[in-house]
Amino acid sequence: MEVANTIKQVINDAVERVRMPAPLRLRDLIRMIRAARTAAEEREVVNRECASIRNTFREEDTVWRCRSVAKLLYIHMLGYPAHFGQLECLKLIASPRFTDKRIGYLGAMLLLDERQDTHLLITNVLKNDLNSDAQFVVGLALCTLGTIASVEMSRDLAPEVEKLLKSSNAYLRKKAALCAFRIVRKVPELMEMFLPACRTLIAEKNHAVLITAVTLVTEMCERSPDTFNYFKKMIPTLVRTMKTLILSGYSPEHDVSGVSDPFLQVKLLRLLRVLGRGDHEAAEAMNDLLAQVATNTETSKNVGNAILYETVHAIMDVQSESGLRVLAVNILGRFLLNSDKNIRYVALTTLQKTVQLDQNAVQRHRSTVLDCLKDPDVSIRRRAMELCFQLVTDSNLEIMTRELLQFLGKTEPDIKSTCASNLVSIAERYAPNPSWHFHTLLEILQAAGNYVREDVVSSTIQLISDTPSIQPDAVACLWEGTRSVKSMEDCQPLVQVCCWSVGEYGDYLLSGNAEVEVEADQVLDCFQQMLWSPHVNLVTRQYCILALEKLSARVPECTDRIRTIVAAFGSHLNVDMQQRAVEFGALCRSYDHLRGPLLERMPPIPGEREAKAVENGVEGQMQDDLGDLLIGDLPGESTGTVVESRGNDSNALLDLLGGMEPGEHDIIHEAHSNVNQSLFNLGNAPSSINNASTTMNNSGGGGSGLDLLDIFGGPSETSIPATEPQQTAVNSVPLPSLASSFPTLSNMPSSLFATVPSSAVNGTVSNQYELIPGQFFPSTFFNLSKPEQLANLAEQDNIMSEYGKSMLAYSDESVWIILVPLLAYSASTSIVLQVRIGCKSLQQQITDFVFQAAVPKTLQLTLDPPSGTTINKGGGVITQKITIGNPSKAVLKMKLKLTYTVNGSSQEKLHDVYDFPPDFGSS
Amino acid sequence: MMHFMLLFSRQGKLRLQKWYVAHPEKTRKKITRELVTTILSRKPKMCSFLEWRDLKVVYKRYASLYFCCAIEQQDNELLTLEIIHRYVELLDKYFGSVCELDIIFNFEKAYFILDELLLGGEVQETSKKNVLKAIAAQDLLQEEETPQGFFEDHGLG
Repeated sequence: MEVANTIKQVINDAVERVRMPAPLRLRDLIRMIRAARTAAEEREVVNRECASIRNTFREEDTVWRCRSVAKLLYIHMLGYPAHFGQLECLKLIASPRFTDKRIGYLGAMLLLDERQDTHLLITNVLKNDLNSDAQFVVGLALCTLGTIASVEMSRDLAPEVEKLLKSSNAYLRKKAALCAFRIVRKVPELMEMFLPACRTLIAEKNHAVLITAVTLVTEMCERSPDTFNYFKKMIPTLVRTMKTLILSGYSPEHDVSGVSDPFLQVKLLRLLRVLGRGDHEAAEAMNDLLAQVATNTETSKNVGNAILYETVHAIMDVQSESGLRVLAVNILGRFLLNSDKNIRYVALTTLQKTVQLDQNAVQRHRSTVLDCLKDPDVSIRRRAMELCFQLVTDSNLEIMTRELLQFLGKTEPDIKSTCASNLVSIAERYAPNPSWHFHTLLEILQAAGNYVREDVVSSTIQLISDTPSIQPDAVACLWEGTRSVKSMEDCQPLVQVCCWSVGEYGDYLLSGNAEVEVEADQVLDCFQQMLWSPHVNLVTRQYCILALEKLSARVPECTDRIRTIVAAFGSHLNVDMQQRAVEFGALCRSYDHLRGPLLERMPPIPGEREAKAVENGVEGQMQDDLGDLLIGDLPGESTGTVVESRGNDSNALLDLLGGMEPGEHDIIHEAHSNVNQSLFNLGNAPSSINNASTTMNNSGGGGSGLDLLDIFGGPSETSIPATEPQQTAVNSVPLPSLASSFPTLSNMPSSLFATVPSSAVNGTVSNQYELIPGQFFPSTFFNLSKPEQLANLAEQDNIMSEYGKSMLAYSDESVWIILVPLLAYSASTSIVLQVRIGCKSLQQQITDFVFQAAVPKTLQLTLDPPSGTTINKGGGVITQKITIGNPSKAVLKMKLKLTYTVNGSSQEKLHDVYDFPPDFGSS
Repeated sequence: MMHFMLLFSRQGKLRLQKWYVAHPEKTRKKITRELVTTILSRKPKMCSFLEWRDLKVVYKRYASLYFCCAIEQQDNELLTLEIIHRYVELLDKYFGSVCELDIIFNFEKAYFILDELLLGGEVQETSKKNVLKAIAAQDLLQEEETPQGFFEDHGLG
């Protein structure tokens, strides 16, 4: 015995010496990698091992290849590169040993993708093995094919798969069926090849073969109408199979918690659902079965519910009788009460899909759905909320909004904003009266705090502005609401709406008529505190400061205190706040007579609701086409009224301007004044800062004036044929009507400060225009008000003496140029003009705009740098200040040269301006 | 059809990955990282489903291991939980009260078992017995051809 052991030892040692040392075992490598304490250590072990694996690969070592690939697969799972093992996998597959094949195929499934270079090789080895006699070798090949088959592999190997579908071995038939499934998904036209085999497979008794066949047939039916029609005839067979399955007694092999083969049942139901989709006859054949499954399935475990869930889908997809549908919705209702969160979740997602099909049936489970709003699982709460919004109707509006408001108050921040916005649209859609609507919006603002989106603020403001009847109540409620919140920092949207309302309608609040008695000082204290609170954001402060300014016009006795409060912001770090404060100071100081009219109440903001109502009405269709029609050839008279009704759509109007003809001006005039009401802009300060970029200072002396003329290549008298027609068109327009049809030309109305910071109004106002430059007077901007107000304004014309009569200097198919005299800057011997360049279409972008001008020698011209060279899509203007020195009071004449790029094509235009009004630019 | 199945630990370490839809290696890693982070950050109270891109992700935790599958919209997520459970049962039967370590050290076996349960992302065998029988038969083939004797350092080791 001892001798034998010694001999063994000797031989062992000898062999060890002769042979290379065996490479590290797989499990040892795993152990080593797991023992690594740091990532760097692990990387070191892996790198060392990878090097030795590469060595064995290079040496074509067939004994250890299998082990090397297995190790490589582990390394690959850890996230290290392993592509160098791809070819080795193919070599393993080609080996006659089963272990090699098993690991080789495993590696192929993990490492190979559908790339071209390995495709031919793998196809060949697969073809070989698919024709093998050993069932497990064929099995491995089928498994691999089913996992990684590409289009080319599918085409090349489909015949082999088809042959195996008819194999006598169930183990291979089931695998082949799923391979065929993969092939059909990759290359649907290969389907036909498998059809004959499927007919027999679908009648199979073996569960595994049957489930794979059903999977394959379902896929084929979804892809080909012919196959669909063929298998439709099989519905009775399938129903019978399913019934046998349910009724068969206990079979331990296929039983899952008392349910007979749920996997197969679900697949069969799915195929029935596909075959019976929207077909009454098919539905008839299945009704009985579906009812049976729906009522008899054991529901205490997840398996049973999985089957019921599939049954519900089948009932909904197939045109089942109404009784069955109610049964299905009731199953979902029961799911909602289930203790398993997963089942509650699928119930809610399914109800969401069902709700359009059968509102009433789902409505019956409303209270259960509402209970789900309190579910501990946030994904369920979110689903329940979505479903709740779908369930709101006129009749349950009250209860649903109450529940949802409660939910809004308690839910997670990330759900709050969605919920708030949805509630706003529900309120808008179903509100029985404006008062209810307002109170709901107020509650939303209170419940959602800072998580409401900006659109909620603007739509609340719009509602209040548009409904005079609720204004006194609204301002009081908002004031109370704001006072009662714990900290204003957490409810800034509410504070913003409150500020706006107090600014606009503060007189209602302080008149003593309101239910609550409020002292002016109380309000001012509150506002002051708000302005200085470190946690209040800038937008809220902007609202606040403007509200104060407005309040000074409503409640004259507070003016002094308001001035003090606001003046403190004259040196605020934020340039916009500073500007507002300084402007207000200037307004009080030098233009106090202007203050009242300027801070007048805003005209009602046209509501989206009305716009929607009109669109939904009979006129809706007509309105849609209006933009096109007007530019086309509708007679002026008949369009007049229509344009007016469309007045609040500034978009359409800008199109209008683009296509206008002289005769239509009076029509547009009406409409335009409405448009202006919907434009807000606080003319944010940057406009005065960004001028520094391009400098084109053609300081005008007599000599340089000549040079400037020269650049246009001729004396000013020369007319340029190309622009002739446009000139005539422009020149023939009578000036007064022109002036009123363009934004902010003459007659600056004294109506209002827009008190809504531009950033917050984006939601309601589609296009903003900065109408008046920010350099010389309140950048806060003025509006043309209602048409009837224009008459009053004419009387106050002297107030607006800062601006003289403007004129349209130039217009072509893309741009217009208006000259606005800045009287405040002008002197008797010089006129300061602001050149305003705009684009006619909102859809166009103008780039590289250069405005050049020249005047006769008797005049002197100075151009300041322009505000920019680009007019973006959606509006905007370029402004540029020019000064014309006219010591000899000569007749004004000007030559313009414009270069710009529109739609990628550069344009160069020359134009003479000589029809200045006699008193142009003088006060 | 199932698009992929991932097994990962509570620490976010990948233990098994099976892809039935071809993705480049980079995308696979990205998807894995994304889903592992999402699922690990979900609280135990939350349900086992999440909507992810145009797929439904179904996951379930067994001890320290997460099983995560991505299925298509028309697939049944409750049944997918059953498939996961079936796989766990098979692992348990094969290894005898399976634990994470069994799957780490015998990852290839775990793949073999999965490949007898699912093929191309669909269930191929609904009988536990048949799956285990097929695995046992193939293990036996492997054993028979591995030389036994003095030099036991053969096979995968």
